[in-house]
Amino acid sequence: MATILTRYGDGTMLTMSEKELMQDLEAGTQDAAERGNIPALSKEELAHLFDIFSLPYNFVSVEPGNEVVLTYDAGTLKIRRVGVNVDRIQALQIYEKIMGADTMELCHVDYSFKPIKPIVTMEQPILEQALLSTHVPLFYGAMPNLGTYTQPDGPFPNPSELMPMGDIEGARASYDATVEEAVKDIVYAARAMHASGADGINLDTVGAAGEADFKASLMAADILKKEFPEICIELGMAGEFILGMHGEMEWEGIRLAGMYPHEQVKLAEKAGVTIFGPVVNTNTSESSPWNLSRAITFMKACCDVATIPIHVNMGMGVGAVTVNDHPPVDVVSRASKAMVEICRLDGL
Amino acid sequence: MRAAGDLVARVQMARGMRIAEAKAYVAEKLSVSVSELTDPVIMTEVRQDLQIGQIMPLPGCAKGIEAKFRLSEVLELDINCVNRFKDRTAI
Repeated sequence: MATILTRYGDGTMLTMSEKELMQDLEAGTQDAAERGNIPALSKEELAHLFDIFSLPYNFVSVEPGNEVVLTYDAGTLKIRRVGVNVDRIQALQIYEKIMGADTMELCHVDYSFKPIKPIVTMEQPILEQALLSTHVPLFYGAMPNLGTYTQPDGPFPNPSELMPMGDIEGARASYDATVEEAVKDIVYAARAMHASGADGINLDTVGAAGEADFKASLMAADILKKEFPEICIELGMAGEFILGMHGEMEWEGIRLAGMYPHEQVKLAEKAGVTIFGPVVNTNTSESSPWNLSRAITFMKACCDVATIPIHVNMGMGVGAVTVNDHPPVDVVSRASKAMVEICRLDGL
Repeated sequence: MRAAGDLVARVQMARGMRIAEAKAYVAEKLSVSVSELTDPVIMTEVRQDLQIGQIMPLPGCAKGIEAKFRLSEVLELDINCVNRFKDRTAI
């Protein structure tokens, strides 16, 4: 019986027997099916995943013709994070001409809409100049990041301090107030960047602060789409389900807490979002086969119900990619191949 | 950008098309087959012929906003910055 060389979710190496591999694949899909109340993967799909993990190659890929497009979040921020000291327009050109990127995103290092608002007039000329010298579609992106609206970083009482004191109503009122302010900031910055020629607006890491974060993003997308019907809005999630920090928050009469990707995408569509980027978190103590089978189950359910393009988040710690600053290509390529071949998604 | 990924992405972004539909749309506008869209050798020639921007920008070829003017016509898509350029330059 062959030995499978793979990894844990934290990136450390792991060897498995074929029997153990299939057991983990079955357990992963079962976990997602139970949590999301969605169908588990079929025997054929599990067999396909088994084949992908059994391939002896370090890097694997899809058949020619099945390639998908890639969108990137925070590209001009990440190139500085790795210590490449170039200007942001140069960073866009490096991604486009040296890495062959399909799309790019201009962003600020303080990657939230709240701090962007007062400096938006400094950001607009950078975007306008970048658009003259690049070819690929150019997003401007930032995070809703509602955590920046509560004390000590913002004006509103911190719900995480109010809750332990038993002030549930006060905490909920604070969440409601942050939504109102965040929507104003997102719409203000997005309007400016659209006026400067952006090909799209990326709302990234949506839901990081719970359902208020998601609600603010949906509301902002709805306003922008009504004002500019031609605008492209990409909405990329922070986690696999909407954290219920408020518990009773709704948008369009639908309770947001606890929603999984196949439910989130329907609200994104309703808000006028053009491209949806769902997330499945990686469990560091489980194997890559377990994580990938689980992630594929959630993503397949999302792609099956979606009517808009789906670009699954496939980065460090999400989409079955290891929680490691330097994700190993064996895991990244297997996860990408499986996502494209089983989920029939539109991009990564 | 090495082949046609940026073009397919533009169609997804502008028309909200899913991948198969977006690839078919781009292939038809460029008069190539869907399978040729991911061939960097074929697509470099196509991109050069149509002047819609290429990864190795040779002397004299359309670059940046110039290529996006062409792209807007070839793909029959509104491109925000192209419209803005026309507005600003009274074209």
